[in-house]
Amino acid sequence: MKDLLLGLATGVLFGFLLQRSRVLRYDVQVGALRLLDMTIVKFMLSAVVVGSIGIHVLWAAGAAEPDVKAAVLGANIVGGLLFGIGWGLLGYCPGTSVGALGEGRWDAVWGILGMLVGGALYAEVYSPLKRTLGAWGDLGAITLDGVLHVSAWVVIAALAVVSVPLFVWFEKRHV
Amino acid sequence: MSQGNGKAPSPYLGGALTGVLATLSVWIAGKYLGASTTFARSAAMVERLFAPGHVEKLDYFAKYGPKIDWQWMFVLGILLGSFISSLTSRSFRWQAVPDMWASRFGGGVAKRAVVAFVGAAVALFGARLAGGCPSGHGLSGLMQLSVSGFIALVCFFAGGIVTARLLYGRRAGE
Repeated sequence: MKDLLLGLATGVLFGFLLQRSRVLRYDVQVGALRLLDMTIVKFMLSAVVVGSIGIHVLWAAGAAEPDVKAAVLGANIVGGLLFGIGWGLLGYCPGTSVGALGEGRWDAVWGILGMLVGGALYAEVYSPLKRTLGAWGDLGAITLDGVLHVSAWVVIAALAVVSVPLFVWFEKRHV
Repeated sequence: MSQGNGKAPSPYLGGALTGVLATLSVWIAGKYLGASTTFARSAAMVERLFAPGHVEKLDYFAKYGPKIDWQWMFVLGILLGSFISSLTSRSFRWQAVPDMWASRFGGGVAKRAVVAFVGAAVALFGARLAGGCPSGHGLSGLMQLSVSGFIALVCFFAGGIVTARLLYGRRAGE
């Protein structure tokens, strides 16, 4: 029960932040894919820089456990490209589809219904897919810092350092 | 843009606060943000109404079954949070077809509905195959510096950019 309430509270705050940052809109998401509007890139990269610092502090303090998903090239690449194609057509991702409905953009309903069908279809073909694509190029639960043999803090610092000029460039170009 | 008059809130601030929220969630609840599993679980809930025996047979639903869990409530929360935020900032807008879509494909609801529905099915199938969506792989994966998160996010954008280009043509289209 506590889990469920925490989930709801976290979701409400996330939905609030997404809505205020205007990233729930089709025009903003497809605007990013058309390279006209970098709002979602600004949002995501800012979240990743701050969150990566926070989460690695928690790990260092022994206050949380990692939950790194395995890198499986077949599944990540084919699934990622399929997701991208669908995202370009829909203009919302799973989390933002419900958020978009919350701010009244009810074309997201078609998206939510379609995603239920996509989930059902995936469940039908999961077993054979897992044995084929899902097994190709399984590199395990690896991280960038592990692969590069450097401290996570080096990678996080690099991310932060790259983000700043990128953000300056976005603002100069008004995207 | 016909709405959202006044100063635009900063996506940098919203993003940074999301980073804080993600950290607090991991700390307090031990949960990393994610959304796409919930659609698979919800599909199982709907399917169970019509074919309970079939749902029980599927390995995938044995793993991600029809269960309301932390993430399910998180996704429901996004809907509520967005609703509250849009009402309090007066940016709630009941809209059937997005502006950008309408300027290219017209204001017809049916055309938008069909493309959105098909796109959504493809997107969620892809997300489940990839093991996550822009929240699970993009945010939570990258925050953990996971290689899978980087690969998936690059592919999300690659697939999306090509699709947007096919739909809208070169940049001059706007």
